[in-house]
Amino acid sequence: MRTSGGFRLGLMLLLSPMLLWLLLLIILPHINMGIISLSERVSSNNYVFSLNNYEEFFAESLYWNTFLRTALMSILATILTLLIAFPVSYYIAKMLKGRSKGLVFALCLIPFWVSELVRTYGWMILLRESGVFSNFLQWLGLADGPVEFLYNDIAIMVGLVYTSMLFMVVPLVTTLDSLDNSYIEAGYDLGGNGFTVMREIVIPHATPGIVSGCIVVFMLTLGNYLTPALLGGKDSLWFTEQIFTQFITRFNWEQGSAFGILLLVLSSLIVWLGLKVTRQSFTRVMS
Amino acid sequence: MIPSIPQSRRFRITYNAYVVLFFLYLAAPLVVVGTFAFNDSLFPSLPWNGGTLDWFLGEQGPKLGLFHDEELLESVGISLVVATFTTVLALALACCNAFLFERESFPGKNLLYILMLMPLVIPGVILGVSILVFSSSIANWFELQLGWDLEFLLPGTTLVIIGQFAFISTICTLIVSARLRKFDQSLEEAALNLGASKLEAIYTVTLPYLKPALIGAGIVSFLMSFENFNTTLMLVGSDAPLTIAMFDRLREGATPVLNAVSLMLMLVSSVLAIISLIVQGSKR
Repeated sequence: MRTSGGFRLGLMLLLSPMLLWLLLLIILPHINMGIISLSERVSSNNYVFSLNNYEEFFAESLYWNTFLRTALMSILATILTLLIAFPVSYYIAKMLKGRSKGLVFALCLIPFWVSELVRTYGWMILLRESGVFSNFLQWLGLADGPVEFLYNDIAIMVGLVYTSMLFMVVPLVTTLDSLDNSYIEAGYDLGGNGFTVMREIVIPHATPGIVSGCIVVFMLTLGNYLTPALLGGKDSLWFTEQIFTQFITRFNWEQGSAFGILLLVLSSLIVWLGLKVTRQSFTRVMS
Repeated sequence: MIPSIPQSRRFRITYNAYVVLFFLYLAAPLVVVGTFAFNDSLFPSLPWNGGTLDWFLGEQGPKLGLFHDEELLESVGISLVVATFTTVLALALACCNAFLFERESFPGKNLLYILMLMPLVIPGVILGVSILVFSSSIANWFELQLGWDLEFLLPGTTLVIIGQFAFISTICTLIVSARLRKFDQSLEEAALNLGASKLEAIYTVTLPYLKPALIGAGIVSFLMSFENFNTTLMLVGSDAPLTIAMFDRLREGATPVLNAVSLMLMLVSSVLAIISLIVQGSKR
C-alpha cells in the first residue's frame, strides 16, 4: 500500500508541471482565442456572440486571396524544397562514407544554427538592386543597369526554400541512411535501372522521412513572417502579416483571432491529409 | 546509384556538380553577410570601398561600431536574459516530462504525448498571439474584479520568456526523452540495492547519464530562444531583444553594423554548434 501511495505522489509531482504548461500556455490560450474570434465588440467590455469576423474574411477578397496565396505558395515551397534536398540527401547517405559523410552532413547543418534573420539579411544583400547578383550581371555584360531581384515572389520562394532546407535534409538523410545498400544492388541485379530502383525501392523506403520533412517544412513556411516581410516587401501578402496587422497595428483582436484560427485549421487540415494519404502516424513522424 | 554500381562519367560529373552548387547556395548568404561587415561604406552593398573595422570598433556616427552601439548592446543583454531563463525553465520541465513519459504509465498517456507535441505544429505567430490574448484577458479580469495591476502579463520581457518556453519545452523534452529511453534501468536498481534512496539514485546515476542530452538540449534551446523571431514579435514590449531590434533596423535601412552583429552571431552559433556536435558524438 505504502509503495503504491508513493508512486501516486511521484506521478502527481511529475504530471503537474506538464499539465500546467499544456493547459496554461497551449490549450486554454487557443480555446480563448477561438471564443474571442466568435465575438463582436458592441461597446467597451461588452461583447456578443457573432460570426461577423469570419463573414468579414469571406467578404473581403484581399483576406481570402492572401490566405489562398499563402497556402499555395507554401505547398510549392515544400515541393521545391523536397526536389532540391532529395538528391543532396541521397548523395550524403549513399555516395559518401565514414568521415566525409559526417563532415558533409555537418556542413549542411551549420548554416541553420545561424539566425533566420541573418540568413534572410544575406539574401537581401545578394538580391537587392545594388547587390551582388545585380553587379555580377552588369560585370558580365548581361545587364545594362542595376537589376532589382528583391520584392517579388521568386525572391520570397528562394528565401523560403533556403530557410526550410535543414528540416528536409535531416529526416531524408536519416531514413535513406537506414536503407541497406544490398537492396539497391539486388534491384539492379534483377534488371532494374536507376529510375525503377528509385521508384520501387528507395522512395518507398524513404517515405516516412519525406512525409515528416514535408510536414515540418510546410508548417514553418505557412507560419513564416520574416522571409515574406523582408524579401517580399510591401506587396508580399503573407497571411501571418494580416494577423500581425490586425493584432498589433489595428488592435482588432477579434478579427485577428479569427485569422489565427483559420490559419491553424488550414495547417492542421493539410498535415492531417498528408498523414492520411501516406498512412503515417503523427507521433512517429514528429519524434 | 551507389558507388558499387557503375555509372556513366557524365552522370557522376553532373551529380557532383549539383551537390557543389547546393553547397554554394547554402554558403552564399552567410559569406556575403560576413564579408560586408568589413566594407568601408555606409550601405551593406557594392561597390567595395576597401576593408575597415569601423563597423565593430567605430566610436561615433555615422559609422557607429557594434561595440559602441548602446541600443544594440542593450538588446543583446535582453536576449541573453530571455534565453537564460527560457533554457533553465525548459530544461527543468523537459526532465519532468522525460521521466513521466519514459518511466510512468497512466491512463491517457498517449493523448498527453500527442498534446505535448502540439507546440511543434502550431505556427509561432499564432502561439504568440494566443498567449498575448490569453494573458491580456487574465490581466484584464484581475484589474476589473480585484483592482490588481498585473504588469508582467502585459507585453514585455516576462511574456516573451513565457511564449518561448511554451514551444522550446517540447524540443527539450524530445531530446532528453530520447536519451533516457536508452538508459539501462538496472544501473539505477543497483544503486538502490547499494542503499541509495530513489532521489539519490537518480541524482548520482541517472542525471550524469543524461548530462550530454541536457547540455545538447540546453544549447539548442538557448540558440532557439536567442534567435526566435515569430513568437517574440507578438509578445515584445518596449525592451526589444536582438532579433526584433535588428528587424526594425533592417526596415529603416541597414548599415553594415548589422553585418557586424550577424558575423558575431554566426561565430557564436558555430562554436555552440560544434560543442553540441562533440557532446553528441561522445555520448555513443
